[in-house]
Amino acid sequence: MNKAEILIIDDEPQIRKLLQIALESNGYTVREAATGKEGVLLAANHPPELILLDIGLPDTSGQEILKQLRGWYSKSIIMLTVQNSEADIVTALDNGASDYLTKPFRTGELLARIRSSIRRNTTGESNHLLSCGNLLIDLQARTVKRNNETIKLTTTEYNLLALLARNEGRVLTHQFILKEIWGIGYQTETQYLRVFVASLRKKIEDDANHPLHIITESGVGYRFV
Amino acid sequence: MEFSATRRYSKPMQYLISIVLVVLVSAVCFLFAGMIGYRVVALILLMTVSIIAMLFDILPVLTAALLSALIWNILFIPPLYTFHIATAEDLLMFILYFVIALVNAVLTFNIRAAEKRARDKEGREKTIRLYNTLLNSLSHEFRTPVSTIIGAVDTLQENRNRLSEKNQQALLEQIDSASLRLNRQVENLLNMSRLESGMLQLHLDWCDLNELIFSVIQKMPPTVLTHTIVFSPNEQLPLFRLDAGMMEQVLHNIIYNATQYTPAHTTIEIEADLQGEELVIQIRDNGKGFPENEIPFVFDKFYRVPHTQTGGSGLGLSIAKGFTEAHNGTITLENQKEGGALFIIRIPAETSFINNLKNE
Repeated sequence: MNKAEILIIDDEPQIRKLLQIALESNGYTVREAATGKEGVLLAANHPPELILLDIGLPDTSGQEILKQLRGWYSKSIIMLTVQNSEADIVTALDNGASDYLTKPFRTGELLARIRSSIRRNTTGESNHLLSCGNLLIDLQARTVKRNNETIKLTTTEYNLLALLARNEGRVLTHQFILKEIWGIGYQTETQYLRVFVASLRKKIEDDANHPLHIITESGVGYRFV
Repeated sequence: MEFSATRRYSKPMQYLISIVLVVLVSAVCFLFAGMIGYRVVALILLMTVSIIAMLFDILPVLTAALLSALIWNILFIPPLYTFHIATAEDLLMFILYFVIALVNAVLTFNIRAAEKRARDKEGREKTIRLYNTLLNSLSHEFRTPVSTIIGAVDTLQENRNRLSEKNQQALLEQIDSASLRLNRQVENLLNMSRLESGMLQLHLDWCDLNELIFSVIQKMPPTVLTHTIVFSPNEQLPLFRLDAGMMEQVLHNIIYNATQYTPAHTTIEIEADLQGEELVIQIRDNGKGFPENEIPFVFDKFYRVPHTQTGGSGLGLSIAKGFTEAHNGTITLENQKEGGALFIIRIPAETSFINNLKNE
């Protein structure tokens, strides 16, 4: 049983109730706030392990609360968003959100994201060996093995894979990846990103058409799992 | 024919045009006054006022009538350049001129007002008819899943101890699929209102169409597993600049539609190509196709092919059409010679062949 505490900031009582039951029955302790202001106060008094923050709050926008929280709170914040709000999602991720979930979401997915976010809270970057399913990435030797066989990657492909893998489970926005790999000035050149993701998938995925490692988050970015 | 220009010109502009027109016509008449005689001038000025009456609001027209009467009096009725009218006959003409101009202005104005009322009424009736169609189709689409959810929840609450494990599970599954159906309709309505608002904004970005199509297929609900969806990626395809979210919706709606209205085990085949400057996506099935006479209407809002049983709001294909047209593209439907329906989407989009270059 994990006893991690989760703070829910959402103005809808129904959603809060639902989340509370789902989370408590999975061993989490839950605190609730109906407004952004109340949420910030609660978070300051009892810093939780993770915050679920609704993007559309009635008092202050979720984005504003996110910025306030990020002033001092460094653990996970998962944004709860609505469909067709890719631009808001990208803004939230740029403002430091750890992840997002689009309403309506399945409880299984919510729990998986929470587990993965909390895990990232606790693991440092000390390990230079990243293992993910049939992939083994050695960040020190800069080598990648698939099913125990070394695969040849170009420098850019390797850098892209390493960046994604170091942030396993996290969505990285197109802009962020482009800036990290190609540098400032390339943030809008998504065509490069598409091409390299496609070629990387051909090398690391069992079936590049049904990728299991590099997942596309339409209109937002990529997630490595 | 629509004469009225009241909506096209602002009030001050209407005054200005009326006055300029009267002055201009008067000036021309003044030049030829010796040839045509001042009584004919009166008719010409009356005609000018009548034309103004057909175009503008009542006040600019009255202004034109008054102005033209004054001009006629001063510049044309002897003695010239005075308000004075010498003969009783001319005085009578002047009064008649003024009355006719006024009556003309008022009558034309009334006719136009009546026309506008009739037009508004017709528009209102059309809106009401559309609204009723909408309500009928939507109330069914929303009530069915809502009834399912309420009924299933009641049954679960009231018979908790009497229901077998299996039946409880079945009821939960009913609630699940009803909620998904409800969610789908809400999405449809939201997309429709995005389209209708005219505020639709395209977020263009480079799209890998092969990836996009695979992801659409992957995201299909498990209920469509009764059908086979086939797509062989086209490796020659360049990247296209499109709104990925909208394109996914377009393809989802057409494919989902095919799974709903063709018999189980039908194969749905997707193909993407670059033809000239256009992205061409073809979606064909080997079902029964559409009744020929219904084809022109299938993309209409709320339209559903008569005698189809499965639930549906009649929005899916019209949203697909709307999103395609937002990309300046077209979408067509035809029956194939060998049977089955064929949807063709054509979108003129910017392309990038950077993917055909060798990496580094």
